[in-house]
This record gives sequence, C-alpha cells and structure tokens, in this order.
Amino acid sequence: MESKETYNSPIRLEADQQKAKSGSLKDKDMQAIIGWILRGGVFVSMILVFIGGVFFVYRHGYSVPDYKTFKGIPIFIHSFSGILNGVITFKGQAIIQLGIILLIATPVIRVAFSAIGFLLEKDYLYTFITLIVLLIIIASMISGHAG
Amino acid sequence: MSVIVFTVILLLGSYFAGLLGSMTGLGGGFIIIPLLTLLLKVDIHYAIGASLVSVIATSSGSAAAYVKEGITNIRLGMFLEIATTAGAFTGALLAIYVPTHAIAIIFGLILIFSAVMSLRNKVEQVANKETFLSKKLRLSSNYPVNDEVVSYNVTNIAGGFFMMVFAGIISGLLGVGSGALKVVAMDGIMRIPFKVSTTTSNFMIGVTAAASAVVYLQRGYIHPGIAMPVMIGVLLGAVSGSKILVQATSSKWLRWVFAIVVTVLSIQMIYNGIKGNI
Repeated sequence: MESKETYNSPIRLEADQQKAKSGSLKDKDMQAIIGWILRGGVFVSMILVFIGGVFFVYRHGYSVPDYKTFKGIPIFIHSFSGILNGVITFKGQAIIQLGIILLIATPVIRVAFSAIGFLLEKDYLYTFITLIVLLIIIASMISGHAG
Repeated sequence: MSVIVFTVILLLGSYFAGLLGSMTGLGGGFIIIPLLTLLLKVDIHYAIGASLVSVIATSSGSAAAYVKEGITNIRLGMFLEIATTAGAFTGALLAIYVPTHAIAIIFGLILIFSAVMSLRNKVEQVANKETFLSKKLRLSSNYPVNDEVVSYNVTNIAGGFFMMVFAGIISGLLGVGSGALKVVAMDGIMRIPFKVSTTTSNFMIGVTAAASAVVYLQRGYIHPGIAMPVMIGVLLGAVSGSKILVQATSSKWLRWVFAIVVTVLSIQMIYNGIKGNI
C-alpha cells in the first residue's frame, strides 16, 4: 500500500487530500454531469435551430419581413402543441422555436440536476437553496403565461 | 430587406459580436442590440429576445468547459443565483412597462460603464478571514493553479448578494448577461480571485438569462427569424474567440478597440433614445 503511494507526486497527493477533505470527490461527479448537460443541450438546440433555419430561408428567402414594429410571433408557434405540429410538417420557424425552447431549458435542467446532486450528497442547505432558484424560474414562467 | 439578406447580415454581425464578446469578456449582447436596433431598425423587444437567446448559448457552452476544470465555485454560484434570477424575473416584468426609449438610454449607460470597467487595471484582493455567513453557507473553497490548490475566502456576502439582484434586473430588462456587474459584485465586493469570479459569473449567466427568457418567450419577444441567425452567429464567433485567446496573450489593444466601439454605440443608443427614434 505504502509503496504504491510513493509513486504519486507530493503536490498531487496534497491536492487529493484537500479535495477529499472538502468533500469535492463527489462534487467532481456532479461537475462532470453538469458539464455534460450544458454541452449536450447547447449542441442539440444549435442543430435544431440550424435545420429550422435552412427550411425557413429556403421557403421564405425572398419574402420581406417587417420587424420594425412589434407584432409578436406567428400564431402557429404561440403554443407548444402548435410548435410540435409545425415540427412534424417541417415548418422552419417551428423547428427553430423548438431549438430555442430546448436551449432555454438547458440551464433550468442543470439547476434541477444540481438539486438532485446536493440531495444525494445529503447537503440539505444547498438542496433548499437550489429549489428556491427553481421556484423563482417557475414563478417567472407562470407570470409570463398569465400576461 | 428580404429574409436572405437580413439573415446573412445578421449572421456576419453576430459572428463578430460573439468573437469580440468572448475575447474581451463583455459578451456578445452589447453589440447585438445596437446592431439590430440602430442598423437593421428592428424593434428593441425583438432585439432583447434574440440577444437573451445568444447569451444562454454562449454562457452554457463555455460554463461546461470551466465546470469540468473545477475552477467554478458551484455553491457560491447556486446561492447567488437566488439573487440574479429574482432580479431577472423583476427585470423582465419591468421591460413590459418601461418605455422603449428609456430602455435604450439605460442600455447606453450600462454599456459605457462596462467599457470603462473592462479597461481598468484590476488589483486582486483576496480575503483571508472567513466570515460567519461564509462559514454557514460553506462558500470558502479552493481552485487548481497548475498543480497546486489555492484556497480562498468570501467576504461581504450581503453586499454581493444585493449587487447580484441589480445585475439580474439589468439582465432581464436589457437582455444582456451583465457579466461586468456580476464581476463587480464578486471581485470588488466579495473579494474572490479573478479566475473564480469570471468562471462563476459565466456559470450564473445562463440561469439568469433563462429566468427572464421564459417571460420573453411567452410574450412573443423571441422571434425565430431573428433569434436563429443571432444564436448561430454569436455561438460560432464565441467558439472562434476562445481559440484565438489561447494564442494571443497581449489583448490590451483589442480591449481599447472594443471600448471605443462600445462607447460610440452607447452614445448612439442614448442619442436615439432621447430623440425617441427607438
């Protein structure tokens, strides 16, 4: 056992001890999962937005949009069911909007996973803090819907 | 202007916004909004919506890399996200009632402030005493530098928290990441090492922007025709920017160029805001 440890550099060993002390060995797993969620979410949404963009420009390339005055967004992408309907009929703007919704959801999913991570670590204070953040985002979502 | 021309101009403009934004650390939103409103005459609400989407994309993309390196203080980020999301929620609600020309003027003022902040030579002051709140919330942490582990403490948590509420309101109202304000709260008030404050701020920007984006999305401020080229352009630009930064270390002249560009843009925004053109 001891001979095995002498192969490690003293600095590394100290670093590892310190990490173990602050409990960041488990934190490391959580960091990996968080990194993976963020990267995956951005990657998939970027692909959706790109595909939707190709359809949109191909179909509407020569029409002249008016973005000067605020008129909201086209009616067929107002609701989530409308967007899904548009996606299966290959409507460009619906595919883009689905990608954007996924992108907005990415950091929210990250927060939800952090809550689970803190709970598994039995860090109840931070589970609570993370849930507050999640509640604020949900409140924001509901208020947007109401108005 | 046809959809093709609009999309191509916006793709190129957003690419450079993302490139400059990531090289200077100010983020792409600060160029995107003047580009859309002043040059392309797009309504400022659409501009804010599109900019928010690009902010989420770039911050999530780069946060993924930093989190894996173990520099980001996730506990500190989570705790301060209470402040920034509550602020962003408030900011998004305010955006409905604040007249558009006032939004343009506030945007210009924050932009000048950020440019000045980016030029300042910062002196790192690291706190060495652990305060009561920091201990309770277990915010003191450490981060790797080469092969060593450097420990640090966090002070003045209440002050930093309130600054973060303000940063959140600005982010929700203007559709920017307000990274400059977040860094002020963490470097200046809470005395956190630069490397930790920039990466933790980046980690929080995505969640902050998402809290206001859910409001903008439902109010129809996020238009696919505008958000699509902005998101693709800014993200690709930011990826290129992060690669260039590794090679070129002397970025002082670049910060000056950016500060001048940003100042001209902010004066334009304020001028047009006062005249009521926006």
